[in-house]
Amino acid sequence: MKVGLFIPCYIDQFYPQVGIATLQLLQKLGCEVEFPQGQTCCGQPMANSGYEHLTHQCNSLFIKNFADYDYIVGPSGSCVLHIKDHLHDPAAETAATHIRERIYELTEFLTDVLKVEKLTARFPCKVGLHQSCHGQRGLALAQMSELVAAPFSKPEQLLRMVEGVELVPLDRQDECCGFGGTFCVTEEAVSVKMGKDRVADHVKHGAEVITGTDVSCLMHMEGILRRQHAGVKVMHIAEILNQNIHEQANS
Amino acid sequence: MNRQTADHATLADKFNEDEPRVDWHDQTLWWVRAKRDKMAWSIPEWEQLRETASAIKLNALGNLHDYLVQFEQQAIQNGAIVHWAADAEEHNQIVTGILKKHGVRHLVKSKSMLTEECHLNPHLMANGIEVIDTDLGERIVQLAKEPPSHIVLPCIHKKKEEIGELFHEHLGTPAGNADPQFLTAAARQHLRKEFLQAKAAITGVNFAVAETGEMVVCTNEGNADMGAHLADVHIACMGIEKIIPQRKHLGVFLRLLARSATGQPITTYSSHFRQPRPGQELHIVLVDNGRSRQLGREDFRNSLKCIRCGACMNTCPVYRRSGGHSYHTAVAGPIGAILAPNLDMKDYADLPFASTLCGSCSNVCPVKIDIHQQLYKWRQVLVKEGYTTAAKTASMKAMSGVLSTPAVYRTAGKMGRWVMRAFPGMVNNRLNPWYKQREMPAPPKQSFSQWYEKNKKS
Repeated sequence: MKVGLFIPCYIDQFYPQVGIATLQLLQKLGCEVEFPQGQTCCGQPMANSGYEHLTHQCNSLFIKNFADYDYIVGPSGSCVLHIKDHLHDPAAETAATHIRERIYELTEFLTDVLKVEKLTARFPCKVGLHQSCHGQRGLALAQMSELVAAPFSKPEQLLRMVEGVELVPLDRQDECCGFGGTFCVTEEAVSVKMGKDRVADHVKHGAEVITGTDVSCLMHMEGILRRQHAGVKVMHIAEILNQNIHEQANS
Repeated sequence: MNRQTADHATLADKFNEDEPRVDWHDQTLWWVRAKRDKMAWSIPEWEQLRETASAIKLNALGNLHDYLVQFEQQAIQNGAIVHWAADAEEHNQIVTGILKKHGVRHLVKSKSMLTEECHLNPHLMANGIEVIDTDLGERIVQLAKEPPSHIVLPCIHKKKEEIGELFHEHLGTPAGNADPQFLTAAARQHLRKEFLQAKAAITGVNFAVAETGEMVVCTNEGNADMGAHLADVHIACMGIEKIIPQRKHLGVFLRLLARSATGQPITTYSSHFRQPRPGQELHIVLVDNGRSRQLGREDFRNSLKCIRCGACMNTCPVYRRSGGHSYHTAVAGPIGAILAPNLDMKDYADLPFASTLCGSCSNVCPVKIDIHQQLYKWRQVLVKEGYTTAAKTASMKAMSGVLSTPAVYRTAGKMGRWVMRAFPGMVNNRLNPWYKQREMPAPPKQSFSQWYEKNKKS
């Protein structure tokens, strides 16, 4: 199984540790992983701003980088959803379709494709799980509180395999954090207020670390936490699931 | 009436100046959302009910012409007088014409978002006709000279103390009394007089049944009934999308409406108006006002399924923290943001962007409108039609250019991170809206791709 590692641009530039954890975790679970060096961005920032027509070159580039893999896996529900919903190229539609059908967000790849049932990771900490909307409602990584339907959560399922993780309950289990792409600057006041409220819910319930499947949401909440000088940290779920490996590597 | 030049972001920014009030607004509406959840969970077949409602509406919209003609025939047979209005202006003229014919100078109106959309009240006032809104929430905002901020809870933005002050000023209640029960009793006394004096009553319509020509109006206060039963002239105003094919379909919609709206099993009154009582005139005004245009837009057609429950507003994290007035249109919130651009793309170009596209609205919608996907699609339409700024287009083109060329992207990333490390003031300043209330991420020395290049096992 050849896996193409899709590392979204802002993770590549600002959160390399998330890319490293994702790569190591997949390798540890027996995947043959490659990171195509020519990748940049999925095109979502333009598309969500109403400029989907400017994403053609990003699409072509994405197809060029990922067409030859059995699976494409990325540590971001939002970027994966964008590709799943919007990757098209009249010149390479077969390849585009292959990618749309074979791209997975990291946690769903672990639970649905690799069917991971146990992990050797250890992370003794009180953890708050932020359900990022695009992963949750777009990719159905977890049941949505609005629907009358049986609960499930792929990220939570994985976190429960990590020794020592104590998941804290939240008052609002799946409220949006307010990042929203360019929304975070164009609607700064509402975006920040949403973020403050989301962070407060985690803090109120004693979370020491806020984790999630999207670094964009985490980056937004981290910015607020750091401004508040709160001691709470944010970590991508890959960093927690991969925790053990880090410790071994350091020792 | 409530056209404003400021956009959603500006109005939301103002709303957020008073943070405790934002908290109060958010929590009040979240409480309604929680009530809705509880009610939805009390019905095991809830999701099937939504699916059925959506399918019935799809049929109604797909055969709208036939159902409207059938409704008109039945209504005429029942003794009603049916009018057709192409737009808001014609609607207002028809209503004013009926009132003038009967010499009505004073009338009562129960809740009708359509008349808000058409700005009927200012039109009537300009014609020397006094209109009293009889829904308690609507009466409150009418006294405050404000538009409703929510389609089901028109004065949800007002605290009870503010309502107490308003009633003290207008209805003569004791100063400082903000007891909801007392204030409601005072409003009842005040409205009773209005009901008894009114020669005409306007009501909205929740459902119009094609098969029987009857209209169903849902209220909790019985004010539609009180108005229509006492007045000589009853005018029912409805958008053409309010049609449902058969009476039995009410068994689906009435189960969904109040549960979705306020978390009640059903509204206190679900009143059926079929024919005028002897000596009364019943007028029905069927209004298009852009609806047939929206029906022609394939991507946005489903928005016409809306039954105006307001569930999307209560769940919307942006609505809860920006308030209904920030949408500067009669129907606020996520549903308003997909309906308003159809009415005027220029005036409402900002609304589809007043969302994080979190998708909660689509999940609570009792008729399963794909609201957040339509928000995304409206963004594309608005940009293509030119309702954007040159600066935004330029920045998007620049971004697209950088991201389309891997070498440029790598260099730009490297330089950007270096600038952030060497000169943090370049980004950590007042001009950066991110930095106003948030720290920037700490820029690492190497990107993931640089790390990978050094560490990959080949």
